[in-house]
Amino acid sequence: MKDQNKEVLYGLYDDDEILLDAVKQARENHLDIWDVFTPFPVHGLDPILGLAESRLHIAGFIYGAIGTAIAFFGMSWVFTRDWPIIFGGKPYWSVPAFIPVTFELTVLLCAIGMVVSFYIVNGQGFGVDNPTLDDRITDDKFCIAFQTNGKSESEIEKLRSFFSESGASEVNSKTI
Amino acid sequence: MSAAVSSIREPLITGHKTYHDITEDLIGPTEKAPNFSWVVAFLLSVTLLSFGIFCLIWTFWVGIGSWNLNRTIGWGYDITNFVWWIGIGHAGTLISAILLLFRQKWRTGVNRAAEAMTIFAVMCAGLFPATHTGRPWLDFFMFPYPNTRGPLWVNFNSPLLWDLFAISTYFTVSLLFWYTGLVPDLASVRDRAKGVRRKIYSFVSMGWTGSAKHWQRHEYLSLILAGLATPLVLSVHTIVSFDFATSVIPGWHTTIFPPYFVAGAVFSGFAMVQTLMVITRKILNLNDYITLAHIESMNKVILLTGTIVGTAYLTELFIAWYSQYTYEQYAFFNRATGPYFWSYIGMMGCNLIIPQIFWWKKMRRNIWVTFLMSIFVNIGMWFERFVIIPTTLARDYLPSSWSYYWPSWVEIGIFIGTIGLFFVLYLIFCRVAPVVAAAEIKAILKTAGDQYVGENAKKQTHSHSH
Repeated sequence: MKDQNKEVLYGLYDDDEILLDAVKQARENHLDIWDVFTPFPVHGLDPILGLAESRLHIAGFIYGAIGTAIAFFGMSWVFTRDWPIIFGGKPYWSVPAFIPVTFELTVLLCAIGMVVSFYIVNGQGFGVDNPTLDDRITDDKFCIAFQTNGKSESEIEKLRSFFSESGASEVNSKTI
Repeated sequence: MSAAVSSIREPLITGHKTYHDITEDLIGPTEKAPNFSWVVAFLLSVTLLSFGIFCLIWTFWVGIGSWNLNRTIGWGYDITNFVWWIGIGHAGTLISAILLLFRQKWRTGVNRAAEAMTIFAVMCAGLFPATHTGRPWLDFFMFPYPNTRGPLWVNFNSPLLWDLFAISTYFTVSLLFWYTGLVPDLASVRDRAKGVRRKIYSFVSMGWTGSAKHWQRHEYLSLILAGLATPLVLSVHTIVSFDFATSVIPGWHTTIFPPYFVAGAVFSGFAMVQTLMVITRKILNLNDYITLAHIESMNKVILLTGTIVGTAYLTELFIAWYSQYTYEQYAFFNRATGPYFWSYIGMMGCNLIIPQIFWWKKMRRNIWVTFLMSIFVNIGMWFERFVIIPTTLARDYLPSSWSYYWPSWVEIGIFIGTIGLFFVLYLIFCRVAPVVAAAEIKAILKTAGDQYVGENAKKQTHSHSH
């Protein structure tokens, strides 16, 4: 996104229901939607848009498992190999006592790992200034955007007519 | 595709709001100059905080002997306040996480403020054990890190160490959960701002665009963090209760402690949310977003958890009698009739008896009753921790070491300081970020707005059909 400028033709819709119908229509007409921007998560948009299921939870499971392993094997190593101490006459390897810390570390690593992954795959971060198409997208406008780099006049015209048919309240173009 | 119309379900957003109205109402307050009452509240909070800082400095200068702890009563005001604040810090994650999993839409009106409250309360809580170590600059010794002292490790079998892990994890996860939810709303603030403000909000909103794929991931992330935070929030107060329950002190050594502490934490947390929300909705004019339906739902939770806590109190008494164990029986007899009987009365009155008023719908929906009750519960839950800690320690196995404890002005000052810190942070938060999750409110508008559900919607559909 940062390397080359994108020419984008986008339409703004006033309502999420109009947007859903428009996206459906675009898919039926085999128009290649670049992205859809909304002020809030619109339910039912993902399947219409054909978005694959997110794999974030798989990453989360792996981070969590790493946390479990670090905590459990770490504590086991400390109390059986590195510096065994008897506490209250209990065995060195007192597994039940390790459960709370193991659980906490699992949750901690899973949460931190997932949040960091989320921002990395989104291309987000403190100070990152991703270009936005319209300031009202975070307010009350719903946007469908097409990339128009190298598209012919007739193709662009086709997109424009799609916007007017599907009820877009505004159509603009922008290079980002 | 039109929204489901139900006249039975009570609307959660009133005033026939449009998406744009929601942005104006919720993002707007961050753009205005603070009003007079905010300034007064802020200055007052800063004063309290300053006194707290003075008392902390006093503690370190004079030494921990400036507290009234003695050889019999080693845990007093500080640990009472620690548990009290941690308890308050439980409502935020409960509202955000457990109610998210249960698909309770009313959470959207209060979750943002409650999560912020959680984070600030945990910060206040952490201050007490950190100070109680006496040398807080060496507190990093508590974390297991490879060191040159052997390496000598921390005791992983100790509930105090579990607590350290639980609370630091809870703080981190709550912070991540809160901030991730805040990012889209900060982007809304950014897109309305100009100049330096826009630069600042652009930095903190991390380049959020509102792309469909990002929203999809955001929903996944929220759901999984909620799934993680749910057992986490239960584990935190369970582990706090282990600090007591794994000891051999009569009155502490009970298996009922984990569920009883968790219910008490939710109870006190909701009370603090009510205290804050009743004021916030008034000052920021959010009556359309934090409606009586929200207040009533929270009062129901208060009634439920208060009754659970009350049942636990009575169960403890029964079990003490049923156990036939003299020391256990004495511990509870002493709580009710000993030198601290007044705190026992305060606890029973504020936590068990007074909340029963919420069986009446009229009371649940009365703002003044709600506010007053929330204060009662805050006090009652403070008494509960006081009953559990100094009362129990004051009478141990050896009558020769029996003692009495009352906090010194320094201890009271530190507690006052944490109240100041809490409100300073909350007031700043009200200024710089939307107190109600705007994007989430927009997402439920069509299923919870009063033009779509409730009596108004019924009238509207009727008039349309005519």
